[in-house]
Amino acid sequence: MSTIAAAPRTWDEFMEGIWKQNPVFVMVLGMCPTLAVTVSGVNALSMGVATSFVLVCSCALVSLMRSFTPKEVRIAVYIVIIATFVTVVDYAIQAISLALYDALGAFIQLIVVNCIILGRAEAHASKNAPVPAMINAAGMGVGFTIGLLALGVVREIFGAGTLFGVSLFSANFQPWVIMVLPPGGFFVLGSWLLLFSWWARRKEAQQNA
Amino acid sequence: MNQTVIPIHPAPSQAPAQPPSPQATPTGAMLRTMGLVSTICGLIIVGAYQSTLGAVAANKKIALERAVFKVIPAAKTIAEFVALPGGEVKEKVGAGETAAGALTFYAAYDGSGQLAGIAAEGGAKGYADTVRIMYGYSPTCACIVGLGVVSMRETPGIGDKIITDKAFLANFVSLDAKLNGELKALANEIKTVKHGAKTNAWQIDAISGATITSRAVGKAINESAQSLLPRLVPNLDKLKKS
Repeated sequence: MSTIAAAPRTWDEFMEGIWKQNPVFVMVLGMCPTLAVTVSGVNALSMGVATSFVLVCSCALVSLMRSFTPKEVRIAVYIVIIATFVTVVDYAIQAISLALYDALGAFIQLIVVNCIILGRAEAHASKNAPVPAMINAAGMGVGFTIGLLALGVVREIFGAGTLFGVSLFSANFQPWVIMVLPPGGFFVLGSWLLLFSWWARRKEAQQNA
Repeated sequence: MNQTVIPIHPAPSQAPAQPPSPQATPTGAMLRTMGLVSTICGLIIVGAYQSTLGAVAANKKIALERAVFKVIPAAKTIAEFVALPGGEVKEKVGAGETAAGALTFYAAYDGSGQLAGIAAEGGAKGYADTVRIMYGYSPTCACIVGLGVVSMRETPGIGDKIITDKAFLANFVSLDAKLNGELKALANEIKTVKHGAKTNAWQIDAISGATITSRAVGKAINESAQSLLPRLVPNLDKLKKS
């Protein structure tokens, strides 16, 4: 790999996860935390950051170990590595804020089974050097965080009338309680998917014209 | 022709049955990788645990103090006690396991070291999940003087009114929790009644529209107080700071 070609390629690698292969809006992966914890912007952001940390760290370690990981035991190796960093995040969040830990609940531990992470380890990190693997993982992590924030912000604004805890409307605003209940998650996710697919179709139509 | 028949099961002598892949991974390599990964991961986990231990313990202590201070506003310091099934009350030492059937509660002291009140946790099934509450008990008036919510998953905007609804919280300013003559149970069961139907000092007026959650609060207090107070009240002297 030449150094001249490296710069644009890294950028593309990073943008891949944010736009072209966004885990939430394009690949529709990791729906369990996406729908469950996005009742507020803070929860969504914390979940996104926690998942990104696990993604980047486990992809780095998987990539470092790639040359001497026999394919027969690779899934076990990946899961042990991912579970390790999830445990680290679990302790870190407890140390930062117990209120946040309670709000995210079981979904911190469930990062272990987030298919985005195992998918990255298997499809990318196991075949690439640590630096590109981490860049790709970071892109995916940021993409996932953006996806969660897109849901969390909308649900918090309508469901609680606040944004990151700051009140937006006058006292007369009646919160749409459904937005912070499970159905609200589906409504908002569906609306975003609709918007993105309409956008993609329009772009395609313009290119064909 | 019999000699050409291929045996379905390989003969025992062909035991090293390696798969026909071009280069099979030796057992040693697999074990080495798994061992190495486990060692690295073990070190990372233990390192993370050790380095966050202090902060997590401090956070838990602050959260507990906050919960107790909320239900007993006069409190400045707290001490953790256990009430054993035999009726004995003693201070909890260390973070070890508590004896079977022991009830944990917190004695809160005001600035001058006087007993300001008792805080204890209770829980009962609400609408979505268990509603876990903490209540403050004042030995001087033999009544419940404060309510806080430890955890719940009740419907936002409906069930979670138990934290904010002023009329509901007014139930817990002096909720009667006297013991009966034999000091074996509460003289009157603490009970949640329909909104607007409260007539006695031991009843809780439910929130209109959130009756199930209100009932869970009443049940949680009643269950906890019924078992804790008979053990606690005869031993109040032991809680005084020496």
